[in-house]
Amino acid sequence: MPFTEAKVKTMHVRNYPEQSETAYFFGTCLMDAVYPDAGMAAIKLLKSKGVKVVFPPDQSCCGQPAYNSGFTREARAVARKQIHVFSKPYPIIVPSGSCAGMMKHHYPALFAGTPNEAAARRFSERVYEWSEYLATVLAVELEDRGDPLTITWHSSCHALREMNVIRYSKALIRQLKNVTLVELERETECCGFGGTFAIKQPAISAAMVKDKVADIRRTGATTLVAGDCGCLMNITGAMEHGGVAIAGKHLAEFLWERTNGQ
Amino acid sequence: MGNKTTFDFDANIDGALKDDQLRKNLRKAMDILVDKRRAVFPDTAYLEQLRSAGNAIKRRALKQLPRLLEQLEANCTKNGIQVHWAEDTAQANGIVLEILRRHDARDIVKGKSMVSEEMHLNHFLEANDIEAIETDLGEFIIQLNHETPSHIIVPAIHKNKDEVAAIFHDKIPDTPYTENVEELTAIARRVLRKRFAAAKVGLSGVNFAIAETGTLLLVENEGNGRMCTTVPEVHVAVMGLEKVVEKLSDVPPLLRLLTGSATGQMITTYVNMITAPRRSGEKDGPKEVHLVILDNGRSRMLADPEFRQTLLCIRCGTCLNHCPVYVRIGGHAYGHVYPGPIGKILTPQMEGLDQAGVLATASSLCGACGEVCPVRIPIPDLIRRLRNESYDQDGSAVVKGGGYKKNLAETLVWKGWSLANRSPLLNGIGTRLAGKAGKRMPKVGPLKKWTRVRTSPQVARTSLHERARNEGVKDE
Repeated sequence: MPFTEAKVKTMHVRNYPEQSETAYFFGTCLMDAVYPDAGMAAIKLLKSKGVKVVFPPDQSCCGQPAYNSGFTREARAVARKQIHVFSKPYPIIVPSGSCAGMMKHHYPALFAGTPNEAAARRFSERVYEWSEYLATVLAVELEDRGDPLTITWHSSCHALREMNVIRYSKALIRQLKNVTLVELERETECCGFGGTFAIKQPAISAAMVKDKVADIRRTGATTLVAGDCGCLMNITGAMEHGGVAIAGKHLAEFLWERTNGQ
Repeated sequence: MGNKTTFDFDANIDGALKDDQLRKNLRKAMDILVDKRRAVFPDTAYLEQLRSAGNAIKRRALKQLPRLLEQLEANCTKNGIQVHWAEDTAQANGIVLEILRRHDARDIVKGKSMVSEEMHLNHFLEANDIEAIETDLGEFIIQLNHETPSHIIVPAIHKNKDEVAAIFHDKIPDTPYTENVEELTAIARRVLRKRFAAAKVGLSGVNFAIAETGTLLLVENEGNGRMCTTVPEVHVAVMGLEKVVEKLSDVPPLLRLLTGSATGQMITTYVNMITAPRRSGEKDGPKEVHLVILDNGRSRMLADPEFRQTLLCIRCGTCLNHCPVYVRIGGHAYGHVYPGPIGKILTPQMEGLDQAGVLATASSLCGACGEVCPVRIPIPDLIRRLRNESYDQDGSAVVKGGGYKKNLAETLVWKGWSLANRSPLLNGIGTRLAGKAGKRMPKVGPLKKWTRVRTSPQVARTSLHERARNEGVKDE
């Protein structure tokens, strides 16, 4: 068995391009409404590494909520809008494994057999998850200016299984010399968000997030870091509801604060 | 059990989530199965190659399924196995009953078979005064307790040993209470030996049916399968029509994937390959072997290029073991024969979306099932497709009961969502309004469900769109 060749194939390693002078930022609907600080931190970190960041004002949502709920036509209409808005050949940097997975892996299927198929494919090829872009294309080196801190990390399912970028997120965290990362016992298990799943199956979702919070508490960490706002909103919402005093932060905001001494 | 009229998914879920013992048993058992699988496939690269091989073999079989089934029938017949075709479960039950009647059989010893569960064979036979005796240890336990399997591989996985001890003590006459596993196994063995010796007819499932040789392959760990297929005078095998593979050489990779994924074994204790009834001059083996091939909606699945992938399934159950939903609610909550991720895509296609489409809502689309499936069934994609067919906005549904959820309210919500997300103006207004409302957002509808266990999301007063504009991010 040609071990190395197969191994590389399993890892789904992309061929990364040279750093592009200009890059698009896709802010995601959740960051736009609920986590704008994280969005600005993600943009500022890119800019600090010499990237000219473009934020097209007509952008909105990747379309996943409708796509996963059985409203493909509505999802396609919203996705088509993004393809038009992000039309220049810049890389598209997405601070969410889930939205990135939608745009990278599901757009080609969503537009298969439609006049937009080729455009969707070209669009998908330009999509990068934010930490992936920082760790690979930009190969950033982060200087930790914060106090010693113990954190834990939540892997979003789509960053893990669709984008396969968790190692990049963690590699960035591990560059921070004063941060101790204590991993969750069930790191690869879903937190129970699942978009409309949390609403359509609230009892199952509640049981899942309850277990996730218990796992987080067992680490002894004072901060939970995650790369997806959906998971973050679910988990921090449950922690706050249950009176658990653990802060939740998006990776971008966390890294920006640590490297700027906040 | 697939009792359609009483299937209340919400009530089942609530009941399961309140049962702490059940959740503890499930978590413990699933952890063991997940660890064992990981241990038996230590080399990820090798496993990925094997999964691709498994997918290719099964795809090739599905592509030429009608021809392979005819070839299987021809070769089985040549070998002396009598082949019967059943379009639905009623026909399949009728065929089994007819065989039993012809041999004046009052009972039948059964090896583990999910297709026989699909047929609800035990109930059917009971109604016809024939006793079905489950001989797989897990099946034996739950039959004593009048339950159905909660898992397709380990049917009594929801029970711990104390519960089994209590069932044996209560349900088997003159059985002292014991929690000793060896003693419990010995009790089952003692009861079942007598039944094997007395039964005229034995039943089994089929893991793979090999078209080129007319061979039925059956894996098991307890030897009860071999007893059911060799001790009685008559052996009846039942299989779904997707179990046929082309060649004997297709079997090793599939077998490796099946046993590794199902129980984390390199190979099972018993691998039975049945090619003929007892030949003249042979001293043992059944005098008659029957094969019942069941369709029950499968050829309809085959007709759709995407849904056809449901038929790649080799029933290893590893998607159940890795599912964050299954581990919390257990198999019975799904209310039908096939639980877990595979059940979510199989059951609505068999029973109709109007009957079982709700199962497709019980997934966060986390992708754990698709990641481990030994034959690479894209289960999350098929769940998403079923959700789409449940609303059938464009009248293209192929699954029975398509469009059963179509309603104006939800349609309007998503149409509005779509409009807002294509109009920067509307989008901006919406976000600003939500930001202004802040914590005063009325907790109704979705937010009411959300806030049962979580605080409500805090919509920022200034959106990222506005911040980017105000803070000078380029907007070309």
